[in-house]
Amino acid sequence: MSQKQEEENPAEETGEEKQDTQEKEGILPERAEEAKLKAKYPSLGQKPGGSDFLMKRLQKGVWGIISYPLSLDVLLCVDKIEGETSYFDSGDYNMAKAKMKNKQLPSAGPDKNLVTGDHIPTPQDLPQRKSSLVTSKLAGGQVE
Amino acid sequence: MIPGIGTLTQDTLWCFSQVKGTIEIGTTEADIISTVEFNHTGELLATGDKGGRVVIFQREQESKNQVHRRGEYNVYSTFQSHEPEFDYLKSLEIEEKINKIRWLPQQNAAYFLLSTNDKTVKLWKVSERDKRPEGYNLKDEEGRLRDPATITTLRVPVLRPMDLMVEATPRRVFANAHTYHINSISVNSDYETYMSADDLRINLWNFEITNQSFNIVDIKPANMEELTEVITAAEFHPHHCNTFVYSSSKGTIRLCDMRASALCDRHTKFFEEPEDPSNRSFFSEIISSISDVKFSHSGRYIMTRDYLTVKVWDLNMENRPIETYQVHDYLRSKLCSLYENDCIFDKFECVWNGSDSVIMTGSYNNFFRMFDRNTKRDVTLEASRENSKPRAILKPRKVCVGGKRRKDEISVDSLDFSKKILHTAWHPSENIIAVAATNNLYIFQDKVN
Repeated sequence: MSQKQEEENPAEETGEEKQDTQEKEGILPERAEEAKLKAKYPSLGQKPGGSDFLMKRLQKGVWGIISYPLSLDVLLCVDKIEGETSYFDSGDYNMAKAKMKNKQLPSAGPDKNLVTGDHIPTPQDLPQRKSSLVTSKLAGGQVE
Repeated sequence: MIPGIGTLTQDTLWCFSQVKGTIEIGTTEADIISTVEFNHTGELLATGDKGGRVVIFQREQESKNQVHRRGEYNVYSTFQSHEPEFDYLKSLEIEEKINKIRWLPQQNAAYFLLSTNDKTVKLWKVSERDKRPEGYNLKDEEGRLRDPATITTLRVPVLRPMDLMVEATPRRVFANAHTYHINSISVNSDYETYMSADDLRINLWNFEITNQSFNIVDIKPANMEELTEVITAAEFHPHHCNTFVYSSSKGTIRLCDMRASALCDRHTKFFEEPEDPSNRSFFSEIISSISDVKFSHSGRYIMTRDYLTVKVWDLNMENRPIETYQVHDYLRSKLCSLYENDCIFDKFECVWNGSDSVIMTGSYNNFFRMFDRNTKRDVTLEASRENSKPRAILKPRKVCVGGKRRKDEISVDSLDFSKKILHTAWHPSENIIAVAATNNLYIFQDKVN
C-alpha cells in the first residue's frame, strides 16, 4: 500500500513541475497573439476563426454580401478573399472597370472606395469586355 | 552526383540559371504568376498568370559547345487562356486568373494541357507547324482565287518547309459545372478522365465530353449554417485510377476509392493528426487549413502544406504524419499582424523532387525552403535579382529569431510579406526548379561539375 503511494507521488510531482515550467516560459506564442488580437478587436466572435471565413470564401465576388466587420478600420484595409467586391449589376461592374482603367492606378486590387451608380451607363461609356491582349512580360521583355 | 537522385548534402549547390519577367516598381496585377508546372518529361514549363495568360517555355537542346550549361528554357508559346467574365444571373465577377495548369502525358506530336480559372476548365492543344502546302491549282501564292479559264496545267501541291509556328488551340471547354470556385484539377492515370474540385464539390470529367460531368464528392450541408469545412485541394493517385485524395480547411485529408460507390462522400481513409486541446487558439483552425496536397511519385506518400508546416503522410497510417517540417515557425509570434494583413490566408504549394527524397515549398521575403527527407537537412534560399549572375551559387539564408542578429541573417521584423513564393515546380527527373516570385519566374539548377 505504502509502495503504491510512493509510486503515485513522483507522478504528481512531475505534473506539478511541468505546470511550473510552463508558467515560467510564458503562454504559448499563439495564445499571446490571440490575446493581442482580442485586445484590438473586442467584438471578434467567440467561435474560433472558422466558419465566418468559410462563408466569405464561398461567396467571393457575389453581389450584396457584406463583409463581416471586425471593425471599420479592418474592413477597409483587410480583404480576406481576393477580388471580393460587390456590384449591383453588370452595368455597375463595367462602369467600375472603366473608371479604374481611366485612373491608371498601379493597383493592387479594386478600389474599395469606388462610387458606382452615379449615372446611367451608355454603350459609349463601357469599356471593351475583352481583356487586353497584351503579351505576358514573361514571353517578351528581358530574357536572361 | 546523379542528377535527380540527389540528396541535400553539402555537395548540392543551387545556382541561378535564368529569370523571366521584368523589374518593375508597382507590378501590374495581371502579371502576377499564379501557377507553374513542368510537363512529364520536363521539356516544357508552363506558367499561368492573373491576367488569364499562359506562357510555355521549352528547354533548348544542350549544345556540345556549352558543356557547362544545361539547356535553357525559352519561350515556346503564349496564349490567352481565360478572359474575365461577368455572370449576369448572379451579378458575379469571374476572374480570369489561372488557378492551375496540368499537363497531359504526351501521346502524339502535339502537347495538351488543362488550364482552369474559378469556373471553367479548358483543354489546350499546342502543336507545331513547320511545313506548308504550296502550288495550289485554284489559288495563287497569296491565296487569291485564280480565274479557271487561265489554268492550262495541273500540278500537285507540295509541302515546303516554313519557319516554325507554334499554335495553341482550345480543344475542349468544360464549363458550368461548378457553383463554387475551382481550386484543383488533376489528370487521372487512365489518361481518359480528370477531376476538378471546388470548395464543396468534386467532379469527374471525360476529356471527350464537355456537357456532362459526374459529381463524385459533395460536402455541401443541407443547411449552409452547418458548414464547418471546405475542400482546399484534390489529386488523383499517380498509378491507381480509382483512388484520389482531397484536403480540407480543417487540416484533414480524405482518401476515396471510386470503386466503393458512385458518390464518394464516405471516405476510405481519413488522415488527421490529433491536436492537443490545450494548445488550441483562435488561429488554430486557420493555420491548420491545408493549402496543397501532393502524392509522391511513388504513390506511397502524400505531402500536405499548411500555413506553418509541411507534412509527409504514409498512406498506410492515418493517425499522424510520418514527417513534419517547420517552414517558418518564427511566424507563430506574428500571427496577430499576419491575420490583420491577410497573409495568414496565403495558400502555399509544395512539391516533391523526382525521386521523392527532397521536398520544397515557398515562404516570405522571396525565400523558399527545401527539406531532405533522408539526411533531415534543410536549406533556405532566396529568389532575388541580386543573385542573378549566370551560374551564381545561391547562398543559404537564415532568419534570426532571437535577439542577436548575425551579419548575414535577417530578422523576422524585416521580412517583406508582400514578396511571397506560393508556386514552385521541380523538374521530373533533374535538379532544375522553377520558382515564381510575384511577376518573375526564376529557374535554378544544381551546379554542373
